[in-house]
Amino acid sequence: MPESSTVKDVLSSSVECRTSPLRRFSLTSLHRNSLGVFCSEDNVQECLSHISQELSSFGLPPVWTAGGGSELNIVAVLNCMYDLIQLHRRGLRTLENMEVEQLKSNSNVDFLQLSTTRLKEQLEISKRENTGLLERERQLQLKVKSLQNCLKNEKEEVQKLQNVIASRASQYNHEMKRKEREFNKLKERLNQLLVDKKEKKQAIDVLNNIGRADGKRSLWKTEKTEAKHEGEMYKTLLSDYDTRQRELQLENAELRKVLQQMKKDMVSILSSRKQAAKGDKHEHGGTQAASEEEDEVFDSSKDSVELYCVHAREKLTNSIRLQWRRLKSHVERLDSQVSSAQTSESKTADAVPRETHEEEMDRLKLEIQQCKDFIQAQQQLLQQQLSSPCDEETASLLSDCYMLQEKERLGDEWKTLEEQRKIFERERRNFTEAAIRLSHERKAFEEERATWLKHQFLNLSPFSDSKKPSLSKSKSAFLISAETEVSAAVAPEKFIKHQSEPPSCVPLTSPSTADLYRTLCLIPEDSSTKPKTKMEHVEESSVFCGNAPVRHKLWDDIQDRTLSQEKNSSI
Amino acid sequence: MNFSEVFKQTNQLCKVSPDGKYLATCVQYRLVVRDVSTLQILQLYTCLDQVSHMEWSSDSLFILCAMYNRGLVQVWSLEQPDWHCKIDEGSIGLVSSRWSPDGRHILNTTEFHLRVTVWSLCTKAVSYIKHPKACQKGDRDGRYLALAERRDCKDYVCVFVCDDWHLLRHFETETQDLAGLEWSPNGCVLAVWDSCLEYKVLLYSLDGRLLSTYSAYEWSLGVKSVSWSPSSQFLAIGSYDEKVRILNHITWKKIAQFEHPAILDSTKTVYKEVEKRPAVGSDEMSLHSITIGTTLFNTQSKYEISPLPVQIPVVKPDPDRANPKIGISALAFSSDSRYLATKNGGFQVQSLNWHCSGDSVILLGKEQLCLCYMDTDQEDK
Repeated sequence: MPESSTVKDVLSSSVECRTSPLRRFSLTSLHRNSLGVFCSEDNVQECLSHISQELSSFGLPPVWTAGGGSELNIVAVLNCMYDLIQLHRRGLRTLENMEVEQLKSNSNVDFLQLSTTRLKEQLEISKRENTGLLERERQLQLKVKSLQNCLKNEKEEVQKLQNVIASRASQYNHEMKRKEREFNKLKERLNQLLVDKKEKKQAIDVLNNIGRADGKRSLWKTEKTEAKHEGEMYKTLLSDYDTRQRELQLENAELRKVLQQMKKDMVSILSSRKQAAKGDKHEHGGTQAASEEEDEVFDSSKDSVELYCVHAREKLTNSIRLQWRRLKSHVERLDSQVSSAQTSESKTADAVPRETHEEEMDRLKLEIQQCKDFIQAQQQLLQQQLSSPCDEETASLLSDCYMLQEKERLGDEWKTLEEQRKIFERERRNFTEAAIRLSHERKAFEEERATWLKHQFLNLSPFSDSKKPSLSKSKSAFLISAETEVSAAVAPEKFIKHQSEPPSCVPLTSPSTADLYRTLCLIPEDSSTKPKTKMEHVEESSVFCGNAPVRHKLWDDIQDRTLSQEKNSSI
Repeated sequence: MNFSEVFKQTNQLCKVSPDGKYLATCVQYRLVVRDVSTLQILQLYTCLDQVSHMEWSSDSLFILCAMYNRGLVQVWSLEQPDWHCKIDEGSIGLVSSRWSPDGRHILNTTEFHLRVTVWSLCTKAVSYIKHPKACQKGDRDGRYLALAERRDCKDYVCVFVCDDWHLLRHFETETQDLAGLEWSPNGCVLAVWDSCLEYKVLLYSLDGRLLSTYSAYEWSLGVKSVSWSPSSQFLAIGSYDEKVRILNHITWKKIAQFEHPAILDSTKTVYKEVEKRPAVGSDEMSLHSITIGTTLFNTQSKYEISPLPVQIPVVKPDPDRANPKIGISALAFSSDSRYLATKNGGFQVQSLNWHCSGDSVILLGKEQLCLCYMDTDQEDK
């Protein structure tokens, strides 16, 4: 129906147009109102215009004109309605068709999908079969190759055997021919002998018998000699066996020693490792304990005699085997550890220790080099020192250069000591001078006292006052000198200067100071006692001049003693 | 190294006495005995015919001269030149003649190996040994003689006591065709080997017990030569497959194997004789260390070290012929058992003999003689 086709076209083309009027009318809310009805009494005109617009958009003749009022052309309306129904019907039909088509295509699609999956599966299966077949072919080819090799080998062997057979055959033939020739010769000889009547006999013609090689007489063949021969033969055999057995024994002993040593070493190595790797050993705990017991038992019996029995031998070999196995497993473990450490850890981990190791190495090398240089320098200097041909001055200068500082110091000290010594000498001299002077003074004093006493004695009268001040003076001088001596004795090192007394006896540190003091102390004592004694003497003896020489003698003695002491001290 | 003047000899009959003092040579029918140090002629004997074989007795007092053509054996004494002895085998003929180990009996093998006649020089007595084979060997001490016998297609070994030719032991051997036997130097073991068709070496003790058998391989050609080491500790077996196998005396099992490959490219030092004459002959030996070689006469040749690898010229023998010239044909141990000299293949060396000090080996060719000194101070490379 061309109408329907045009209507379809119109429908298809007016799809877009359709929306626009709807939009327009949405504004005017001509859609179904709240009651669900498109047209109501108030919007009839609008509905009419809308419907006519719609109809015109469908391509149908208009139903209502604007100027016609609300009157509708019923015929046109019916026609329109009929057209619309027709359109609708067509649309439904096409819809159905399309739905049918769609169903069909869906089923097609499903079918195709199923078939594709099926085909894929088939493809998979066939691929697998193909690979399987290829594999089989490869194996068969390998088999073929190996069989070919076998065939080749067999052929070679056959060839070799054929060669062998050929050579053997030739050998046999050769022998056969030789034997045949010999046989022929024999036959000829036999004939010759049969013909030849004259038979040459065997004979020996010796000038004289010669002795045996060993000089003994030859013996008759008796049973005894036969037995002797047998005996000798067995003797040689036995001696040979003996020597061999001895050699083997020695060898055996050595080997056993070596084995023992090895076992000890292995045990020591393994025991040292035991502390390090205990975890691994737990599994071997049981066997270990047993074997350790065995080892202990074994070590206790170190006597080699024990080893001669078969069980001990077996024990040794078994224990060695066990140790060896353990050692081997341990070494293998270490190897695997090392290799795993090398491979598992990245190269940095490996490189770092190596780097540090290398650094260490470099450092050590540098150190070594430095030390070497130092040693060389030292050696050079030493050589120079010993062998350098320098001139006299420098030689003499340099000869003691090492001790120079010390020598200088020594010199300085010596100098100070010398100075001190000189000072002491001086002081001693002064001291001795002072002592001499003192002695002189004492002598003078004694003389004075003597004279005083004399005077006193002579002038036992109230006119003796004029003499006293000089005596007291000298007495005070004596006392002061004694004091100074005492102080000198007490503090030998102090330099005490006495301005009051002309005889400035500077006390010195001298070993004889004490003696001197003692002697000098003795002097006042003596002198103090002496006058008494002298007085006694004087009192006792009436001879006056006798005291003086005695006193002089005493003084001399004292002086001698002091002088000798001085001499001693000076020495 | 000094050379003496040249002396004539025939048939390569030139032997030094066992005690090393005299040298005996045969020139045609004359026997000349010289002093070894001065080479002065001490004795001169005249035999009845051209001498085919000459041998010293073990105590160096007598010399045997055999004339196989005439079937005669003449014995001469060194101490008493007037003494003479003549043995006539008569019509039975003579194939080989030799001293017994004790030096007082002569063993003559008659033609066709019919029998061995034992002639005693002490008693003029005669003994016969029947069915002998071509191999008889006396032991080093001279007390026993081992003789191979074939009876009824079986091989036997007879051990005789040389004092009175008392048959000590007579036992069968498990060989197909006994080709040779050899005493060990300590006199307790006898090594016996089969013909070249089968590789089989049997070891029998002195009293006839079989100690061990050794067979390296089957079917190919077998043993060619056998030699004991002087200490009796090793037995060297050279075979046709160009290999030397060494057995030890305790287990009689192989302890070492030496090969003779055609191309040498490893440890050994190879000395090659280079001759100025373009003629034949480069005697090549590969030993453990050779230092000097000497030559004789006109041929100026010297030895130079060939750089490895060295290809030894090998003449492939005709496989169709019997007894091919391949394999180890000569073996010799040095006296201290340190070195083993071997000759492989078809070289022109006839015999190898070590000097008793163990330092040098003499290679005797057909016309030439060569001495090789071991440098015992050097380690071999």
